[in-house]
Amino acid sequence: MNKLHIALFAAIPVVALALLQTSQAANSGDEARIARGSYIVNSFGCADCHTPKKFGPNGPELDNTRAFSGHPADFVMPPPPVMPEGPWNLAVAGTLTAWSGPWGVSFPANLTPDPETGLGKWTEETFISTIRSGRHMGRGREILPPMPIEQIRNMTDEDLRAIFAYLHSLPAVKNKVPDPIAPAAAR
Amino acid sequence: MIALLLSLAAGLPQRLSETGLYADIATRTIAPGVLPFTPQYPLWTDGAAKQRWIKLPEGKAIDARDPDNWVFPVGTRFWKEFSFGRAVETRMLELLPDGRWSYASYAWSADGSDALLAPERGLKNAAQTPAGTRHDIPGRMDCRACHEAGPNRVLGFNALQLSTDRDPLALHAEKPAQGALDLAQLVERGLVRGLPEEFLRQAPRIAARTPRERAALGYLQANCSACHNSRGELAPLGLHLDNRLVAGGSPLDSLRPRAELLQKRMGSRDPLTQMPPLGTHLADREALEFIRAWIREELGQGEREPVQPQTTSK
Repeated sequence: MNKLHIALFAAIPVVALALLQTSQAANSGDEARIARGSYIVNSFGCADCHTPKKFGPNGPELDNTRAFSGHPADFVMPPPPVMPEGPWNLAVAGTLTAWSGPWGVSFPANLTPDPETGLGKWTEETFISTIRSGRHMGRGREILPPMPIEQIRNMTDEDLRAIFAYLHSLPAVKNKVPDPIAPAAAR
Repeated sequence: MIALLLSLAAGLPQRLSETGLYADIATRTIAPGVLPFTPQYPLWTDGAAKQRWIKLPEGKAIDARDPDNWVFPVGTRFWKEFSFGRAVETRMLELLPDGRWSYASYAWSADGSDALLAPERGLKNAAQTPAGTRHDIPGRMDCRACHEAGPNRVLGFNALQLSTDRDPLALHAEKPAQGALDLAQLVERGLVRGLPEEFLRQAPRIAARTPRERAALGYLQANCSACHNSRGELAPLGLHLDNRLVAGGSPLDSLRPRAELLQKRMGSRDPLTQMPPLGTHLADREALEFIRAWIREELGQGEREPVQPQTTSK
């Protein structure tokens, strides 16, 4: 073994340690970002609409076994009631996962990282452009009420990245949320 | 990003007459150095008549070494005017020194004396079309939705759209504007440089099995591929309708399993399902019938060798 080999072998633990430290720093950064995202999401009330409900001993509560998975696909809603003329023009399911109004019928989305029915294939860029533009995947149809897009679009990129990191850290739940339904006049 | 958007908006001229498009807006005299162009596959905007111009900085040229990704010099400006009987809107793109594109739209006054910068969120119901639908001026985020969904920010000014080998079946084809520059003229005048020799010898065209297929793919290229392409943010959706001149796959494979959905979306103007999702309130019936017939009679005909492009003079 020549001197070069000895030097290389000697360098391995140093390089490995450096890589480990970098990795830990990255993980620590990820954890901080996820924690920030959790703080925002869970203090902003996102679960009110995006998490299904169940009945507990004290009445309806969040079903956190499928947190943030949106309106359950197996909870098929009947057609919305026809609302009378006047200011009482919204109807909402008791679960808060189905809404009817002048925009049609909307169902809160599955925000878990399931690749087929949630945000699993979304990139951070797609998520941010969706919030900024108010359009599905940043390009498509408009995001519908009651999503408070006008407020959330004012968040910083860093906070939106934190939210996305948190949502991607959640357990994936397979749940195909129904497509929204346009108001009858537009169909 | 919010600060970024505000800073971009802050630098925008408030009036179209201040953007450099016109030497005299009263007589609609175009400024020297502003050049008209007419893409062979126009975007459908509810039947609007359009005019388009480019202005390159003095002495600068477009780098076309990658024929699918032209690189424009800083300061390049584009304008596109939309008319429904009268000019309604003119949109402007400008390449800024830091490499970002700024987007603006100007709403024409009813008397046609000038056009004012539209609000950042756009202007709904800016005009009525002859068909009775409304024309909305898009917001700046809407501009970004289409122009920033793929590798190219400029969508209607490229080797394929300006090819001298114009498609005789192109839908809603426009007669080239007076003095409009095509690819050969742009190269000849030194405004496009580095275009690979093969595209000088043989003008670019879409590889297709039949003339109808060529026009159908051209329509989908112009109307859908800004978002539905193989290299942008929506590539994971699997619908790749871009026709790349170099190393590009055929759109046919990705289209076949989605042909029914494509027709449904094209024909819908339900705001939740329509495609394109913005910029139009009126389905393009002529194109829909054309695409339907092509899908029905040709798309499912299996794999055949593409028709070789005809040799044309540059």
